[in-house]
Amino acid sequence: MKESRRNLFVVIIILILSVVAGLFAYGQFNFLPNWFKVPYRLGLDLSGGTRLIYEADLSQVEQKDRDSAMNGLRDVIERRVNLFGVSEPRVEVVKVGDSYRLNVELAGVKDIAQAIKMIGETPYLEFREERPKEETEKILEEQKKNNPEYAFVDPYFVPSQPLLTGKYLKKAQLDFNPRTYEPMVSLEFNDEGTKIFAELTKKNVGKILAIYLDGQPISLPVVQEEITQGKAQITGKFTAEEAKKLVENLNAGALPVPIKLISQQSVGATQGEFFLNLSIKAGIIGLIAIIVFMIVMYGLLGVCASLALIIYTILNLVIYKLIPVTLSLSGIAGFILSIGMAVDANILIFERYKEEIKKGIEKKRALLEGFRRAWPSIRDSNISTIITCLVLYNFTSSMIKGFALNLLIGVLISMFSAITLTRSFLRAFIK
Amino acid sequence: MIDFIKYRKIAYVISGILVLTAWVSLIIFGLKPGMDFIGGSVLELKLNNTQVDPKVIEEIYKNYGYQSVLVTPSGDNGLTIRSTDVSEENHQAIIAAIKEKYNNVEEMRFESFGPVIGKELRNKSITAIILVILGIILYLTWAFRQVSRPVASWRYGVTAILALIHDISIPTGLFALLGKFKGVEIDSNFIVALLTILGFSVHDTIVVFDRIREKLRTHPGLTFAQAINESINETLRRSILTSLTLMIVLVALLIFGPAHLFYFSLTLLIGTFFGTYSSIFIASPLLYDWHQFLQKRKNKR
Repeated sequence: MKESRRNLFVVIIILILSVVAGLFAYGQFNFLPNWFKVPYRLGLDLSGGTRLIYEADLSQVEQKDRDSAMNGLRDVIERRVNLFGVSEPRVEVVKVGDSYRLNVELAGVKDIAQAIKMIGETPYLEFREERPKEETEKILEEQKKNNPEYAFVDPYFVPSQPLLTGKYLKKAQLDFNPRTYEPMVSLEFNDEGTKIFAELTKKNVGKILAIYLDGQPISLPVVQEEITQGKAQITGKFTAEEAKKLVENLNAGALPVPIKLISQQSVGATQGEFFLNLSIKAGIIGLIAIIVFMIVMYGLLGVCASLALIIYTILNLVIYKLIPVTLSLSGIAGFILSIGMAVDANILIFERYKEEIKKGIEKKRALLEGFRRAWPSIRDSNISTIITCLVLYNFTSSMIKGFALNLLIGVLISMFSAITLTRSFLRAFIK
Repeated sequence: MIDFIKYRKIAYVISGILVLTAWVSLIIFGLKPGMDFIGGSVLELKLNNTQVDPKVIEEIYKNYGYQSVLVTPSGDNGLTIRSTDVSEENHQAIIAAIKEKYNNVEEMRFESFGPVIGKELRNKSITAIILVILGIILYLTWAFRQVSRPVASWRYGVTAILALIHDISIPTGLFALLGKFKGVEIDSNFIVALLTILGFSVHDTIVVFDRIREKLRTHPGLTFAQAINESINETLRRSILTSLTLMIVLVALLIFGPAHLFYFSLTLLIGTFFGTYSSIFIASPLLYDWHQFLQKRKNKR
């Protein structure tokens, strides 16, 4: 008696937790706290958007500097893409054999032609001088008044006279101060740049000579003295990591890496939504079909398994939200397969249970035996699926990765839901 | 109880014919690689009740130097245009030209892949499939290590893989035929489907093998043939029920899912069917025959 009450208690706890998890997975009700309403991360095929693959031409860059050059390029492009107000843009460097690629994913960009044009532009590095104080104040005042003429004017800096740009910068590199071992960034100008730089430093001793990339400030060093040799150091309280980043940005402007668009995929937003709705519909119909089937085949056992299956689905959705997993059509296929495998675990157990009952063993023992004996099959078949997923995840490209990841998550959760959950339900309901 | 060992030759003949047909079609016709694998472009237009003449579209493409252009209707309100890969400038120019002619037409989807990407995808897919096969053989060898009698444990792994090759050969062969006669192309979805079948097939075979493993341990008096027969019979209901549930979901996907996933669902459906069939009629009987063959050779010495 005491045991059965405990079992019932466990079931109630599970159900309450599942309802909470279900609310989190659904996340559409108004009364829910905001963090329940995190949206799912949808792949481009479901949300609509564009995937661009660029090939970078690094023939002008030395072998050892290539990784750094690509990082600089990525930063530049990421900044530009951010200007588009894209939600979670993804820009990543992929090395394939000897060539470097840049994958850019833009969800929900309306004007793709414009985006492609902007991404393809050469990064623009320039040096800017401080404005006189009065000018700064005036601009700030006008901006406060929302004077449209001043909306995009930089109140603090103005392009240097004469103009010093990325094409005069030979290269930038990361160095360490020989005495203090602090990281610093060394700049080297070409002949013409040396002259301009000398003039600018002479004119701006004690003032800031700002460095801008694509119209954004990346460094604001103060000129200490006139520099005529065309070599300068930027020192300051930065970490090696920050200094490295600055070097990458400077080089992106000094040695622009030409990129070529080699592949593009665009899915219209309406079409993405259409796929998403169809997939949800097919998923719900499939789930209902399985539940009906299980209940017809196994009665009360089937009810318990169906309950576990619903919780299983909710748990998967919760994980998708938490990690977050990017959902795509192929990922949904992986999830559907994992439902099949989760159900299979239950069918294995129940069939074993029926066998034991036939032998004349009483229900509770039969159930225990059913679980015990079905376990090796469930374990072995699931482990081989896990091996498959791991290989696929590590050795293939994005689409199949999505499939593998969802299948992997599904199989791992199913080992828990189809066994632990179903068992808790059966313990409480089978007398 | 059905004597599967006794009737195994019938299954061998059926499977033999199917697999042979599959391989012959594969060798003669080959698969029709989709754009993902060889590069190319696809443009999908929403027509919004405009009458569009495919000839005009072809002409526009030709003006920009694209000779092989395929225009096909998609749904009642769409048009799909395929050609070799299109650069961004030409893409914009083509869209502008189309809009000039038919201003109601909307661009729904555009994809263009250079041939390099396709080659990579192909190589990666092949590498992945080979690695998966190796991984499964190794795992099964390890998982069945305690049942080295009467057949060594690695033979379970190899047999499972033979059944697997059977299961993926049949849908692949079917696609060779579909490609030849209906112009169906294989794309990354097809690879995903094959991988799914691969996972399911091994999963299904393992369940039967597992029962054999248990039988051999708990009933040492049984002959190998008896152990196999009993195991298949006892797992028969489960095998059929499981694949039925999976097939229910797949049929739901086939009927209600997106149209371009039709062939994906179909591949999975066929694969699931043969995956179950082979784990009952092919995998375990093969294990038996392998055992017999080893016995005979031993006796000769």
